Amino acid sequence: AEVVLDDDREDLFAEATEEVSLDSPEREPILSSEPSPAVTPVTPTTLIAPRIESKSLSAPVIFDRSREEIEEEANGDVFDIEIGVSDPEKVGDGMNAYMAYRVTTKTSLSMFSKSEFSVKRRFSDFLGLHSKLASKYLHVGYIVPPAPEKSIVGMTKVKVGKEDSSSTEFVEKRRAALERYLQRTVKHPTLLQDPDLRQFLESSELPRAVNTQALSGAGILRMVNKAADAVNKMTIKMNESDAWFEEKQQQFENLDQQLRKLHASVEALVCHRKELSANTAAFAKSAAMLGNSEDHTALSRALSQLAEVEEKIDQLHQEQAFADFYMFSELLSDYIRLIAAVKGVFDHRMKCWQKWEDAQITLLKKRETEAKMMVANKPDKIQQAKNEIREWEAKVQQGERDFEQISKTIRKEVGRFEKERVKDFKTVIIKYLESLVQTQQQLIKYWEAFLPEAKAIA
Amino acid sequence: MDDAMVAQPSSTAVDLHGDSSLQVEISDAVSERDKVKFTVQTKSCLPHFAQTEFSVVRQHEEFIWLHDAYVENEEYAGLIIPPAPPRPDFEASREKLQKLGEGDSSITREEFAKMKQELEAEYLAIFKKTVAMHEVFLQRLAAHPTLRRDHNFFVFLEYGQDLSVRGKNRKELLGGFLRNIVKSADEALITGMSGLKEVDDFFEHERTFLLEYHTRIRDACLRADRVMHSHKCLADDYIPISAALSSLGTQEVNQLKTSFLKLAELFERLRKLEGRMASDEDLKLSDMLRYYMRDSQAAKDLLYRRLRALADYENANKALDKARTRNREVRTAESHQQLCCQRFERLSDSAKQELMDFKSRRVSSFRKNLIELAELELKHAKASTLLLRNTLVALKGEP
Repeated sequence: AEVVLDDDREDLFAEATEEVSLDSPEREPILSSEPSPAVTPVTPTTLIAPRIESKSLSAPVIFDRSREEIEEEANGDVFDIEIGVSDPEKVGDGMNAYMAYRVTTKTSLSMFSKSEFSVKRRFSDFLGLHSKLASKYLHVGYIVPPAPEKSIVGMTKVKVGKEDSSSTEFVEKRRAALERYLQRTVKHPTLLQDPDLRQFLESSELPRAVNTQALSGAGILRMVNKAADAVNKMTIKMNESDAWFEEKQQQFENLDQQLRKLHASVEALVCHRKELSANTAAFAKSAAMLGNSEDHTALSRALSQLAEVEEKIDQLHQEQAFADFYMFSELLSDYIRLIAAVKGVFDHRMKCWQKWEDAQITLLKKRETEAKMMVANKPDKIQQAKNEIREWEAKVQQGERDFEQISKTIRKEVGRFEKERVKDFKTVIIKYLESLVQTQQQLIKYWEAFLPEAKAIA
Repeated sequence: MDDAMVAQPSSTAVDLHGDSSLQVEISDAVSERDKVKFTVQTKSCLPHFAQTEFSVVRQHEEFIWLHDAYVENEEYAGLIIPPAPPRPDFEASREKLQKLGEGDSSITREEFAKMKQELEAEYLAIFKKTVAMHEVFLQRLAAHPTLRRDHNFFVFLEYGQDLSVRGKNRKELLGGFLRNIVKSADEALITGMSGLKEVDDFFEHERTFLLEYHTRIRDACLRADRVMHSHKCLADDYIPISAALSSLGTQEVNQLKTSFLKLAELFERLRKLEGRMASDEDLKLSDMLRYYMRDSQAAKDLLYRRLRALADYENANKALDKARTRNREVRTAESHQQLCCQRFERLSDSAKQELMDFKSRRVSSFRKNLIELAELELKHAKASTLLLRNTLVALKGEP
């Protein structure tokens, strides 16, 4: 009997027929202490490395811009790609069922074979994509947007076939989150170049992602946080030569705290607005009943009109709660998770530094050993020592290069991230305020229509 | 900036077209630990009073004593007795203030100050409302041609000393219990389960109408209260949101700084508007519904009394028939029957007038309050729109 995998089981087993091999990066913990296989073949290093050797770290701003220019030149065309996630469709039955989403890409970029195309993907496919990107780019300093959270409760309701409003809400929430996730990912010029991303967007068939517990956004973040803890426990006394990093880390820490506070308050707002909506609907019904009882004709009519107004207002409140949530609340929760990814990237840099430090210490030890051997006059041991010294000199050099590389990348990434953040927030704030204006205008319309009815009571 | 919380008696749903020969108002009120002291001021040119202008201090229990005195008076059986004002209840508000004082250390000083402000405003609003309720009760009595001439009313208005009705509290509680038993008997009467035959179409209609109306207005009142409460919660939610945006803005180093700070200011002002909206809905809708819930109960009580009088009349008829068959004590039975008949007819006539007054009072009150409600809703919606639009212009205008 075939073991069928579904999105959200905590313990997952590999399907024998799966293409994912035992050596695949998904199988390894994302932050392994050994050099990850992904360092060398990854496109970004090869893309960037040759060009920037000559430039120094002294003018980061100009530095950033020229890097972007470089990448744009490499792409050949201006960033132009639009992703939509739509048409959630339930596939299968019972606990093995899952939701399939349509992912549509519209683009004029030459790297894609068509200008408009769509594929069907399920949630674990998104998680699989994220895990691949994370394993390749996180530890070299790229801020990889986190995938949406898993939710066992939400998905179970959907699987079991509950057609109520809470499961539709859940699916819509997830669909919107998946769309935002992809949009953020393709906006990243480096990630956009990644073949796995392209395959995700274009291929009609995609190998099933396994071990999605490790792959989930929460899983990755858990690992990032674990690494952070490990880093802290290592009491890395890093000689921070660059105050910029310390400053930025502090800034992100503060930002994280404030966003969490704001998010909690906005969630309360959403909740109360929904309550207001329900209570308004209940009041509308009782106003209608009262209108029916009222034996004065004009007053009776006015009360019925009041009931109608209140019903419409209930609808308004519902729509506003929707806007509160999808625009305001979700933006905040997206950024809370994004900032976790940013913090992770900073921690990777510290780990990188530690590795370099360790290599230097080991090199020192090897040199001491060589000296000892020379004194003791043991020719074969001397040769071995010399070999080891060469090996560790290379490692020290690599360590330094890696550290410089990750530092450069992070500077650039943070610059890009902040620009995006400003744009994102500004756009959403304006959209949200416009939704509030809309609500008020509707209220004006309704009450203006009601006023003459009230005046008509004679 | 008009204070929507000023308690104006006319806004609490009663249209008083009395003459000015007896004017009553509550000129002052003081809230002490567990009681409220109302200063009742009377202006009158009526010959009965020693002075033309005078005041006394009264507490809630004394109002209840006055109300019960009217209810128990047979002379007023054919009238709708204005509903007694509800007991002043600051418990909830006091608890909230205390909780705030005990403190949640995670909130900033500004947040704390704002929340304290909100709660104090709430306390003040409850206080003003209780003053208004007590005042309206007295003013309705003063406006009613029959009720205003009551001796107990004069005593209440004029007697400088304490009316010593506090002990009545225990009696009041017991009385309440007994009253409920009597009430279920009344309910049986009024719902027609007692087999009493109603002869008058007008009263038959009124009975069915009032029974249904009272239930439905009570429902509407409860639900209006819940809407008001949700609205208030919503307004309160803006406090931490504004505070968090303020902190964010202060910390930011980029263009989002001004955006966040402007947004923080916007939410602070929206909060005030939403809060005002909630309290206006409370006054114009909830309070009005509550008042007419009580007034319709008073009207129902009138119907009960009339039906009891009808029952007495019918029993007297039966007794007379019996006496005639047996030919014993016919004259006593006759005079008793006549008394019952007269009483019943007197009650019916007066009740008819009272019920018609009740209807016109209700209609004009609803009209006034619904118009004011709509006008206030419009005012607030327009103010909100302006505020939002200004913020949008400011935000869009930035680089």
